Amino acid sequence: MAEYSIVSIMRNAMSGNRHWRPAWRAAAPKRAYDVVIVGGGGHGLATAHYLAKEHGITNVAVVEKGWIGGGNVGRNTTIVRSNYLLPENHHFYEWSLKLWEGLARDLNYNVMFSQRGVLNLAHTPAQMDIHAERGNAMRAAGIDAELLDREAVRAFVPRLDMSEKARFPVLGGLLQRRAGTARHDAVAWGFARAADRHGVDIIENCEVTGFVFEAGRVAGVETTRGEIRAEKVGVAVAGSTSEVMRKAGVDRLPIESHVLQAFVSEPLKPALDSVVTFGAGHLYASQSDKGGLVFGGDLDGFNTYAQRGNLPVVEEVASLLMAMFPSFGRVRLLRSWGGLVDMSMDGSPIITAGPLPGLYLNSGWCYGGFKATPGSGWCFAWTIARDEPHELNRAFALDRFERGATLDEAGAGPLPWHH
Amino acid sequence: MRITCPICGERGVAEFVYGGDATIERPPLDAPAEDWQRAIYARENPRGSHAEYWQHAHGCRAWLRVERDTATHAIASVALVGRRAGEGGQ
Ligand SMILES: Cc1cc2nc3c(=O)[nH]c(=O)nc-3n(C[C@H](O)[C@H](O)[C@H](O)COP(=O)(O)OP(=O)(O)OC[C@H]3O[C@@H](n4cnc5c(N)ncnc54)[C@H](O)[C@@H]3O)c2cc1C
Ligand SMILES: [Zn+2]
Repeated sequence: MAEYSIVSIMRNAMSGNRHWRPAWRAAAPKRAYDVVIVGGGGHGLATAHYLAKEHGITNVAVVEKGWIGGGNVGRNTTIVRSNYLLPENHHFYEWSLKLWEGLARDLNYNVMFSQRGVLNLAHTPAQMDIHAERGNAMRAAGIDAELLDREAVRAFVPRLDMSEKARFPVLGGLLQRRAGTARHDAVAWGFARAADRHGVDIIENCEVTGFVFEAGRVAGVETTRGEIRAEKVGVAVAGSTSEVMRKAGVDRLPIESHVLQAFVSEPLKPALDSVVTFGAGHLYASQSDKGGLVFGGDLDGFNTYAQRGNLPVVEEVASLLMAMFPSFGRVRLLRSWGGLVDMSMDGSPIITAGPLPGLYLNSGWCYGGFKATPGSGWCFAWTIARDEPHELNRAFALDRFERGATLDEAGAGPLPWHH
Repeated sequence: MRITCPICGERGVAEFVYGGDATIERPPLDAPAEDWQRAIYARENPRGSHAEYWQHAHGCRAWLRVERDTATHAIASVALVGRRAGEGGQ
């Protein structure tokens, strides 16, 4: 029987909720594993889950320097979508979206995946053309997309400023109805528990400080809790990628670390039942189940490892939210924070075997890696288990930068802070 | 974050536009493709001291070479680049 069910809730209620099993054991590191995953974020935990579930590899440890949920997996604005233009991207993100659709059942954990629709607004005829192009590319690949005109936008998001006086009047938008939001903490905890129940050791407060080499291969990791041997080591540390890979002797990667801020308002009555993105500036907004408006915008825009941002971005984001929804003008901001994002040189991810024998790399998620969590874990597990990429992540190799086969969705060039 | 422009003095970060890693050297035009690949895509991305370009876009428009700690945001030096390279440094 499922561990979490109406029956188990009732049984545990009768015994005063004193006998729930912890969602994962506080595992101590063993001497050796088949696979060690560095980084207990969403991607590392999902990789461990799919290694066990899809490939029968259960002698696995996830090594996390802090606590589960302390990284970007618990810091993001929770938007899940697959509305990409480039085929390599939309096939991958669509597979991830399909995994999201069955995730709560797969993990026996309510990840609160809510397909409330993501609407990208357009404010100029050229933007409408670009939305039509992207929507058509998606539809040709079997992904849902709808181009909305001004009246349809007004009906879909009644609270938007649709007046003629708006600074950037809305012409229409591109809607993906199957896209939406999920509860980020639940995703981390759900994957952690599922991996734990497969036998995976989740080792918190354990920082990887170096790599063990043997006969020219990576053969394990050195950590603050001792050496851990492994046949294969997968690295999924988001914004810390360059620093962790440097410990393995990889001194340069097509990655820069930047900070992205997120914002939550005081809780309100239901006011916004979809995810809306502005087209005349960078802003995305939704409302959480607790009632807070959840929104974010651009990167602060310079290399940083500090998980905090600057005030000008706060002001910018608040003014864009006001331009879209003047009625939110008197809402108070409750919290804001920053997360360390792994910006790649072309804005697309890296899921690959290498760059050293015995080592596997998962990175380059920019500020869009939450939606990728199940798909990334699924593809990374495949790549680690079989020593070759799945069709879905073949294009996400490191050598694409040498071959001129970059995947630059935004056409922004090798300036990571512009992706 | 605030940056002290050698020409204009201390100003808020919103007046400046980022220009990225200042340690990258542009290879000669006939250099092998690997050198170009490295210059365009490969980055050290250090946690700690980082040399980087900024333009005082909403001020004097000068390009600056700034040494800044990426963990603390503390700025160690700001200097002009181009024809006036080195002026106003440290
Ligand atoms: C503010 C913000 C908003 C975002 N909004 C969205 C969004 O709306 N939609 C979306 O799809 N994506 C979004 N993202 C991006 C998404 O959150 C990330 O791309 C994704 O979470 C990264 O993968 P992860 O979960 O594995 O990372 P993390 O949770 O950061 O996991 C990496 C882990 O590695 C650990 N680690 C680092 N160094 C070491 C070491 N030496 N040893 C051991 N462990 C180590 C860290 O402690 C961390 O827990 C957002 C990001 C931010 C910051
Ligand atoms: Zn100046």
